[in-house]
Amino acid sequence: MSKEEKKVNRRDFLFTASYTVGAVGVGAVIWPMIDQMNPDKAQQALATTEVDISNIQPGKSITVLWRGKPVFLKRRTQEEIAEARSVKMDDLPDPQKDEDRVKEGKDEWLVMLGVCTHLGCVPLKDKGDYNGWFCPCHGSHYDVSGRIRKGPAPTNMEIPKFEFVDSNTIKIG
Amino acid sequence: MSEHEYTPKSKAGKWFNDRLPLLTLGAHLTDYPTPKNLNYWWTFGGILTFCLITQIVTGIVLAMHYVAHADLAFASVEHIMRDVNYGWLIRYIHSNGASMFFLAVYIHIFRSLFYGSYKSPREVIWIIGLMIYLLMMAAAFMGYVLPWGQMSFWGATVITNLFSAIPLVGESITTWLWGAYSVDNPTLNRFFSLHYLIPFLILGLVVLHIWALHVPGNNNPVGIDIKKPSKDTVPFHPYITIKDAFALLVFMIIFAGFVFFTPNVLGHSDNYIPANPLVTPAHIVPEWYLLPFYAILRSVPDKLGGVILMFSAIFILFVLPWLDTSKVRSAVFRPIYRQFFWILVIDVLMLGYVGAMPAEGIYLVLARVGTVYYFLHFIVVMPVVGYLEKTDPIPMSISEPVLAGGAEPSVARKVNDKV
Repeated sequence: MSKEEKKVNRRDFLFTASYTVGAVGVGAVIWPMIDQMNPDKAQQALATTEVDISNIQPGKSITVLWRGKPVFLKRRTQEEIAEARSVKMDDLPDPQKDEDRVKEGKDEWLVMLGVCTHLGCVPLKDKGDYNGWFCPCHGSHYDVSGRIRKGPAPTNMEIPKFEFVDSNTIKIG
Repeated sequence: MSEHEYTPKSKAGKWFNDRLPLLTLGAHLTDYPTPKNLNYWWTFGGILTFCLITQIVTGIVLAMHYVAHADLAFASVEHIMRDVNYGWLIRYIHSNGASMFFLAVYIHIFRSLFYGSYKSPREVIWIIGLMIYLLMMAAAFMGYVLPWGQMSFWGATVITNLFSAIPLVGESITTWLWGAYSVDNPTLNRFFSLHYLIPFLILGLVVLHIWALHVPGNNNPVGIDIKKPSKDTVPFHPYITIKDAFALLVFMIIFAGFVFFTPNVLGHSDNYIPANPLVTPAHIVPEWYLLPFYAILRSVPDKLGGVILMFSAIFILFVLPWLDTSKVRSAVFRPIYRQFFWILVIDVLMLGYVGAMPAEGIYLVLARVGTVYYFLHFIVVMPVVGYLEKTDPIPMSISEPVLAGGAEPSVARKVNDKV
């Protein structure tokens, strides 16, 4: 090939421009096809749930459904809180203080997603080696603060965004 | 391919064939020269075609009565079982058909492993076959979700959560798969859509699988290259069709045995409880055909590690043709590899067994030993044995060992001469 032929000519420009416009066009069509699978507006609209907690006795817990997932609301006893706070950080695979998992001044209320962080099963309460929860699917043990202690789960059970609307009502989400 | 150009006898046939050579294709399939020593392990290709068609036909019929909605799906399946004419029969054929499909495909795959059918020049057939197997697993998984029972729901939850192990984008991918913030109605809807799609993708791949097979022709129990057509081959029809038909009949008897006598033995009774997002069944297991992979997943005490290892267990099969260094195809002439082959079979069966057991104590130990061996087999045993093994003499042709009554020196040759 001679030198002139190697120079960028009008045809090269047309090829590059056509491919670029074509790629943008294909991308613009593919994205809606992919994004339609994300949660729709109806799903997003279910984003908050209010729960009446006036009937929960110390040491008891209830489970409510939020965004299709169970949420555990546990009213812990003073002993349970003390137990959760006596754990050494070195013993935790995912170190997190119990204080950071509850609202200040409302220490007895543990509100967390009842979803095992391994593969999404619902752990059973008052089971396992750490006085907390135990996931029957693949054997993850959580303590009384919902922190992972033993098993394949990588992290502590998640604390969702929540707030106390008044002393008897919690709003999740 | 046929040696002679095919010409239709009738004028109309010739007119049509000149415009679309379907009759030429038919003649090729009929006359297709097939090794005359194919044993019954070679009948599973035909059996698998039967399984695919059975699943498509029964599935289309079930879709006429099924409702893909979280509130209605469970009841619509019960409606099929109780109200629809012969609905129980069609659903039991479809649900047991999935198990029979996997039974046949596992035999087909291990046949290939024993006789070296994945080796040159058949690598592409093997890889297309694995793609079919992957799609089968996806279809089976999504199909199992559709009745929206407890096992459906929690199986879907566990499997989709596998993707949450991916660093950074895992959670977004899982939410995207769900179309919600948990397994919910949008998930069921899309699974139904994809469950209906995948069998037709499989059908397309089956056409490619057979096309790729017809280029080099069938491997055979002796594993040697043969001239086609020759005295070592027979036409596909009627010789292979009748043998396939006989094997298919035996297979159908077993199939019917499950459908009519123990239609639920391969399922899990918890799936007759409607899905409940608040309660996970105490003992959650996948269908039997996924158990070995489930055991591998659970053998690793780390979420991401377990998921990676489980997917590796399948994807390692794609490079098998290049991991096996032996030039001899059939394990009949490979005294060392043959023993490792059977160890692998036992290993996979054991993984399947411990996959159904709780992941603790001795079962966890066995799962770990089994997982380690599974990978050792492919990564170490196959390349090393292929390199070091002294193989038995292989025959010159298919006919000679049969006619001479065995692989005698006069008709046998050393591997070195061959390749």
